[in-house]
Amino acid sequence: MNELPQQLVNGLLLGSMYGLVAIGYTMVYGIVQLINFAHGEIFMTGGFGALTVYLYVLPNGTSMWVALPLMLLGAIIVATTVAVGAERFAYRPLRGAPRLAPLITAIGLSLALQQAVWAWYPDAKESINFPQIDGGPFEVGNVTVQTGDIFLLIAAPISMAVLAYFVLKTRTGRGMQATAQDPDTAKLMGVNTDRIIVIAFALGAAFAAIGAVAYGLKYGQVQFRMGFILGLKAFTAAVLGGIGNIYGAMLGGLVLGVAEALSTAYISDIPGMEQFGSQSWANVWAFVLLILVLLFRPQGLLGERVADRA
Amino acid sequence: MPGKGLLIVRQRSLIAITAALAAGALTLTACGSRDDDSGSDSGGGTTVVIGVDAPLTGDLSALGLGIKNSADLAVKTANKDKVVDGITFKIEALDDQAQPSAGQQNATSFVANKDVLGVVGPLNSSVAESMQKVFDDAKLVEVSPANTGPALSQGADWQTNKVRTYKSYFRTATTDAIQGPFAAQYVFNDAKKKNVFVIDDKKTYGAGLAGTFTDEFKKLGGKVVGTEHIDPDTKDFSAVATKVKNSGADAVYYGGEYPQAGPLAKQIKDAGAKITFAGGDAIYSPEYIKLAGSGSKGDISTSVGAPIEELASAKEFIANYEAEGYKEAYEAYGGYAYDSVWAIIEAVKKVVEDNDGELPSDARAKVTEAVQNVSFDGVTGKVSFDEYGDTTNKQLTVYSVENGVWTPVKSGTYTG
Repeated sequence: MNELPQQLVNGLLLGSMYGLVAIGYTMVYGIVQLINFAHGEIFMTGGFGALTVYLYVLPNGTSMWVALPLMLLGAIIVATTVAVGAERFAYRPLRGAPRLAPLITAIGLSLALQQAVWAWYPDAKESINFPQIDGGPFEVGNVTVQTGDIFLLIAAPISMAVLAYFVLKTRTGRGMQATAQDPDTAKLMGVNTDRIIVIAFALGAAFAAIGAVAYGLKYGQVQFRMGFILGLKAFTAAVLGGIGNIYGAMLGGLVLGVAEALSTAYISDIPGMEQFGSQSWANVWAFVLLILVLLFRPQGLLGERVADRA
Repeated sequence: MPGKGLLIVRQRSLIAITAALAAGALTLTACGSRDDDSGSDSGGGTTVVIGVDAPLTGDLSALGLGIKNSADLAVKTANKDKVVDGITFKIEALDDQAQPSAGQQNATSFVANKDVLGVVGPLNSSVAESMQKVFDDAKLVEVSPANTGPALSQGADWQTNKVRTYKSYFRTATTDAIQGPFAAQYVFNDAKKKNVFVIDDKKTYGAGLAGTFTDEFKKLGGKVVGTEHIDPDTKDFSAVATKVKNSGADAVYYGGEYPQAGPLAKQIKDAGAKITFAGGDAIYSPEYIKLAGSGSKGDISTSVGAPIEELASAKEFIANYEAEGYKEAYEAYGGYAYDSVWAIIEAVKKVVEDNDGELPSDARAKVTEAVQNVSFDGVTGKVSFDEYGDTTNKQLTVYSVENGVWTPVKSGTYTG
C-alpha cells in the first residue's frame, strides 16, 4: 500500500484544479442563482490567453520565471474580459427572465466560445503544446511531484486565502454577501448590485484563469474542448461542497479529486470488483459519492453555513 | 450570520441544478455537423458523388482531414484523366466528430442523396458500427480506409465463427486480428519486453486491439502485470500512471488513439516509470510525439501496410498531394483513403462499361457487386477484397520514435 501517499497527492492536485474552477460556479450561483455553464469555456479562454502571451507577445525563449507571471496576467485579463462581456451582453438583459432562459443562454455561450476558439485561434483544431517549467520532478519520500504541479500547490491555497480575505474583510466583499442574502434589501442599503454581480463574474473568471495556467503546466497542452468536462466536474465539486459556499467549492473539489484517484487505484483490488475499478469508472464512483452526500446532506458538505433566505 | 456565513443560497434550487447537469451532459452529443463540399468542377455529363465521412473537427481531425484531402485528390485525378467516360466525380465530405450518432446521421443523408454511389470512411470502428446497416439497407457501398475492428466484417464471433454481416462493407485497412498479435510478437521477441501493462479506452477499436495483443502476448510467454481502462474525456491520468509505476511493467500497450495516448504516455513517464509505450495505428501520428514530449523516444506503434513513403507505387500520390497544396498532411490513412475512392471509381467504371456507357437504374447495387471484384495496383499496393470485404493486403509495419519522428523499423505480417 505504499501507493497511497502518491495517489492522495494525485487526487489533491486534480482536486485543487477542480476547486479553482468551482469557485466561479459557486460565486455566480450564490449571487444571481445562475448556473453559468459557460464557465468551463471561460477557463479555456484563460488557458489560450496565457498561451497567446507566451507565443505571440514575449520574445522566443523567454525564461519561464519571467514568462509565468506575465502569462498568468494574460490569462486573467482574457478570462475576465470574456466573463464580464458575457455578463453584460448575454446575462444582464435576461436578469428578470425566468431562470431557464439564462441557463440555456449559458449552454449556448459555452458552445459558441468553444467553436470560436476552434475556428479562429491559430492551430487550435488540435491540442497545442503549453510551455513547461524546466527541472526534474521532485521526490519527497516515495511521492513524486511534477515541476508543473508546484505552481498549483502554491497557487491554490494562496488564491483561497486571498478570496476569503476579500469576501470577509473588504467593503466590496461584504456587499457581495449582502447581495447574496437579499439583492433588493442590499440595493436599498446602497449596495450597487450590478457592480457586485460584475465583480463576482470577474473574480470567478480570474480563479478559473489561474486554474487554466495550472492545467497547461500540469498536462503540457491546451485545447478548445478542455473546459467542457472540467467545467462539469468543477460544477459537481461546487454542488458537492454546497453551492454558494466558497470554502465548499474548494473542499468539494478536493474530495472529488481524491475520490477519483482512490477509486481508480483501489476499487479493482476489492475481490469481485475488478471490472468496476478502472479509470473509466472513476466518474461513476465520483457521482455515487455525490448522490450519497446529497442524500444525507442535501445542502452539500459545507452547506450548514448557508442560511435560507429569510 | 454575516461574518461567518459566506454566500447564501436557496436550497430548493438543487433540483434545478440536477436538471441542469443533465442538460449539460446532453450537450456533449448535441453539437451540429459542418458540411464541407469540396468537389471539383463539373465538366458536363453525369455527376457521381462519392461521400466521405471522417472526423473533420475535434481531436482526431488531423487523421480525418488527411482522409478528406486524399479522397479529393483521387477524384480530381480521375476527372483529369477521364477514367470513366461521361462521368464526373465529386466528393461530398461530412464530419462525424468521431461520434457514432453523428456518423449515422451522415450515413442517412448520403443515402438520401441519389447521386451518391459510394462512401469512403469512417475513421473510427465505433462510428462504422452505427453506419453499416444504414448503408447495407440502401445497398450503398462503403469502403473504410481506417477501420481495424475485426467484427465489422467478420461478425461478432469472428474468433470462432466468421460470418460476413454486411455485403456492402469493405475496407482497405488491415484488421486488429492481425495488428494486435503482430505488435505482441514485436514487443516480446524484438523489443524483449516481458512484463506489460495493458490499457485501453473501452472503444470498439481500443478494446479490440488490446484484447488481441493480450492473447498473443500471453501465448508467447509474456506476463500482463496489470490492466486499466481509461476515460477518454479526461486528461488526468496521474492515478493510472502511479499504478503503472508500481506494477513493475517494462512496457505499456495502449489500445486507443493519440489524443489520449500522448498525455497518458507523458504522465506515466513523468511519474518515474521506466517503460516503452506501444500502441496501434491510431497513435502512429506526429501529434502523438508532440503530445508525449521528449520522453517519447523509443516508443512503438504499428500501422497498416508498408510505410507509404517507401513504396514506389506511392511516389506519384505523394508528389500530387504536395502539388495540390493541401494545408493538412495526408497522415496515416491518406494512401488508404485514395485507394478506397479509387476502388469505387473502378467499380463505377466497370458498371458503366457493362451498361453501354450509362449508369444503370440500380447503380448502387451494381457498384457494390463490382467493388467485391476490383483488383488494381493502388497507392498502398495491390487492392482487392476477400470474401469478408477485408483487404487482401495484410502487410503491417512497426514504427519507433527516433529523433522526434516515427521511423519504420520492421515490416511484415502476422503468420500465427
